[in-house]
Amino acid sequence: MKLMPCPLNGPRNMSEFSYGGEVRVRPEPGADPAVVADYVFHKHNQPEVTREWWCHVPTSTWFIAERNLATDEIVRTYLPSDPLFAEGGTP
Amino acid sequence: MSAARLPAPFGRLVDRERSVTFSFEGRRITGLAGDTIASALAANGQWMLSRSFKYHRPRGLVSAAGLEANALVQVGHEPNVAADRRAITPDLDVRAVNTFGGLDHDLGRAIGLLSRFMPVGFYYRTFYTPRAAWKVWEPVIRRLAGLGTISPKAPHGYFDKAYLFADVAVIGGGPAGLAAALAAAEAGAEVLLVEDGPVLGGSATFARPEPNGVAAVEALAARVQAHPRVTVLTEAVCQGLFADHWLSVTQGNRLNKVRARSVVVATGAHESPAVFRGNDLPGIMLGSAAQRLMRLWAVRPGREAVVLAGNDDAYEVALDLAEAGVRVVAVADLRADPGSDPRVGAVRARGIAVHAGTTVAEALGQDNHVAAVRLAPVTGPGTFGAVGEPVACDLVAMSVGYVPATALLTQGGARIVPDDATFMPRVEDLPAGLFAAGSVGGVWTAERVVEDGTRAGRAAAAHAGHACPVPGPVAPDGEGRTWPIPVFPHPKGKEFIDFDEDLQVHDIIDAAAMGWDHIQLLKRFSTAGMGPTQGKLTNALVQGLLGRVTRQVAPRVGTVTIRPPITGEKLGHLAGRGFEPRRLTALHHRHEALGATMMVAGTWMRPAHYGPDLASAVEAEVAAVRQAVGMIDVSTLGKLEIRGPDAARFLERIYTWKYETLAVGRVRYVLMLDETGGIIDDGVAARVHAEHFYVTATTGGVDRVYRLMQFFNAQWRMKVDIANVTAAYAGINVLGPASRAVVQAVGTTVDLAPDAFPYLGVREGEVGGVPARLMRIGFGGELGYEIHVPASQAGALWDALIKAGAGHGLRPVGVEAQRVLRLEKGHVIVGQDTDSLTHPLEASLGWAVGRKKTDFVGKPALDILEARPQSRRLVGFALDPAAAVIPKENHLVIRDGRIAGRVTSITRSSTLGKVIGLAYVEPDQAGEGTVFTVRADGGTLVSATVVPTPFYDPDNARQEM
Repeated sequence: MKLMPCPLNGPRNMSEFSYGGEVRVRPEPGADPAVVADYVFHKHNQPEVTREWWCHVPTSTWFIAERNLATDEIVRTYLPSDPLFAEGGTP
Repeated sequence: MSAARLPAPFGRLVDRERSVTFSFEGRRITGLAGDTIASALAANGQWMLSRSFKYHRPRGLVSAAGLEANALVQVGHEPNVAADRRAITPDLDVRAVNTFGGLDHDLGRAIGLLSRFMPVGFYYRTFYTPRAAWKVWEPVIRRLAGLGTISPKAPHGYFDKAYLFADVAVIGGGPAGLAAALAAAEAGAEVLLVEDGPVLGGSATFARPEPNGVAAVEALAARVQAHPRVTVLTEAVCQGLFADHWLSVTQGNRLNKVRARSVVVATGAHESPAVFRGNDLPGIMLGSAAQRLMRLWAVRPGREAVVLAGNDDAYEVALDLAEAGVRVVAVADLRADPGSDPRVGAVRARGIAVHAGTTVAEALGQDNHVAAVRLAPVTGPGTFGAVGEPVACDLVAMSVGYVPATALLTQGGARIVPDDATFMPRVEDLPAGLFAAGSVGGVWTAERVVEDGTRAGRAAAAHAGHACPVPGPVAPDGEGRTWPIPVFPHPKGKEFIDFDEDLQVHDIIDAAAMGWDHIQLLKRFSTAGMGPTQGKLTNALVQGLLGRVTRQVAPRVGTVTIRPPITGEKLGHLAGRGFEPRRLTALHHRHEALGATMMVAGTWMRPAHYGPDLASAVEAEVAAVRQAVGMIDVSTLGKLEIRGPDAARFLERIYTWKYETLAVGRVRYVLMLDETGGIIDDGVAARVHAEHFYVTATTGGVDRVYRLMQFFNAQWRMKVDIANVTAAYAGINVLGPASRAVVQAVGTTVDLAPDAFPYLGVREGEVGGVPARLMRIGFGGELGYEIHVPASQAGALWDALIKAGAGHGLRPVGVEAQRVLRLEKGHVIVGQDTDSLTHPLEASLGWAVGRKKTDFVGKPALDILEARPQSRRLVGFALDPAAAVIPKENHLVIRDGRIAGRVTSITRSSTLGKVIGLAYVEPDQAGEGTVFTVRADGGTLVSATVVPTPFYDPDNARQEM
């Protein structure tokens, strides 16, 4: 089983985590239906390093994992309070 | 003691003083303690173990190490037991598999006569056209081509799981693994050593010993076992290597899940058979199998032997056989020049004929056993010249080459590259933390193996954080041990290249000629390597043959992956003891004492009804609530505390309705959507303070709701604290016209007067001396109080309510009656009356959406959904009293012969004297009085009429008293 480095709890078994989807910008109400549909139904899902939401369920800790979807390598993880989250870029 | 046994030191695993009797095919067989099923049978002259998969040919053991399906037997109810690995115990009931009428008189052997009508890809080519043919043939083929029987009467067994942790896991307890384990432990690492056999020592336990070789390995094993930082698991199989060094290790009825920081794979290599006509006859085995039979179990593998050699190790086999009293008739050496190794000289010195450049062209059988071979000169790759006269023998021992057991390394991400120097695959690109030691990594001679093991053990310890000097790599020395592709097609066929799947050489050649000439295509079309052992013994031969016939060099042929589980995990291992939580409310034992029938609700246990009979209990419990008072344990409800300056604003973003304007002391319904606009949960929010809401969620939904609240606030960063207090509080819903009197009688500091504490109010105070939160809500539509108290004091409150309610007709009420009560009021259960696509308008919950709100989770999608034409509507209905059958939940609404919707809830209401329910219908059918049709059990069509909800007390007067 894969290990996930939780920024709060250190490396834990993947079965303790819940996936929250790619980090995306939610459209404002009143946005064009096509934009809303794209947000709700389409996933970016490219073989590259992607920012994802993950939750360590036993401690309810939501954080960001930058994961390479081609190799399943977890590049780094950090809490949303980390300045890295606001920066928004991938390494 | 059997006369067939060899004297000591042969038979290091058997106890000659203890005999064990078991049964094989109904016959009594006596072996020795320490025997495997196969070795005990061999000692009793029973060499045939099974009939083959397709042609029902007699088959016996080839590897004596669990590498081929030939040795699979049925033991009692247990299918697919490896007879060459399972130790005998008294009264084992062993049966051969894949026979009709027993092993000796198998009626299926006639299939062999039809073999020319069963070409490669037989199933795909013969039975898939026309499509219907497969339906006819599949059961016949499945019956013919079985391997064991799954018994529906198998008794339950106890299977459990263990979680183990190690700095370094070492797989394989041979000399390389032992050296690695010791080196890692001495460097300070906690080590787990996994060995699939009953004893440590690997090939040193059965191969011809070098001077002092056995003593050296035994001393090494003793040091490993005595080391305080080493844990040794024997008769344990590493079934798979998964991400981040997570190992599955089965041992008996236990599944060990192992997390290691680094892994040393020291799984060694096994011999590969030669392929010639008749090579599948019992009595034809690997040289190492003959050595195992002798040294481990003291079984003489035959009386007259021919040794087929491709390396010098074959001469050790010949010497071992001769010393065990087997007459070695001849050594046929594939090599044109056997060379000058002293072992070759020793064989010649015994007067044994050594035929250089010679193969076995054909083996001849009699009485289901090899009886003779014909030898022939090797003239080129896979070709031979003039075939000689039969040479009588009852044993053919093949030592022609090796295949490293690289399965775990490839699972761990290493690359396997064919090597033209050794004719054995080479391991490359080992990922960090994964190490190979010994022959699996190309290091073979005894002293170098120990050196390589020490290197790997230290490297693994260093990777695990125990700094130590790591020696440089040990040079591989695998050359000359493997004869390239010992596959000799015969004009008359029957040269088996995959025993599990009964494939002959021409099957592979034909498949390649048909265009299935990539190894992955060939594997799937021919099924080579897809048998129970995944072709461990023969994959290399199939790859080599494919390369030969397509004139490709090995690297271009590619290889196939041996996937976990390596030998097989039982369903029991996987299903075994689980760790699913089972949650009990604080009142569980009171329900049991009252004779409740319990039911599972998510992870919780809840009382379904009190007393054994469902129908009468539900009727009485519903009547109590409608006429007197009932008491429901609602402790499983999700409970969340939302506190902070932004609490109201937070709820407005999470839920669909308005909460900033909700007065303190008031309760309001909450409805949660996902971003597609679909309903995912509901409950109530009670404002106990301007900055504090007490929110309920559904029993099954609270964990998700809590997680989503955390998720959203991780982004919104509002000033709010969210706590899941589900387990901290118990809830008792006191419901019915007499509920006020009962709560009053228990004694409370809360003023229960209707004006002081109206419907949808929340109050804090004491009830029966217990601190409590009271909410005037209730699914059931009667005057009622939902009382939430600390879980530790729920029992005291329950007892006080029972006592106070005695004079008021109070009854405990279970989930089943609660469902009837809510349906009479037309309330929706999220997840039962809604599905993942239901939006509020469809479920007639549009009133719970704050229309002036600018945003909440799901609003953008909901706005779009509501602007579109509606496709369905959830309505209340009453069933036609004349209906022949009462439909069930999920029965379909039929309109003009097509599906127009479905019933989501239905019950017979004794209160109303009719059958009522909720159903999805098309929007134009939703009007009051519309009659629609439901298809019930057996296709019976019944009619129902749309009626307004609530069905009971439509003005809601009773709950607002």
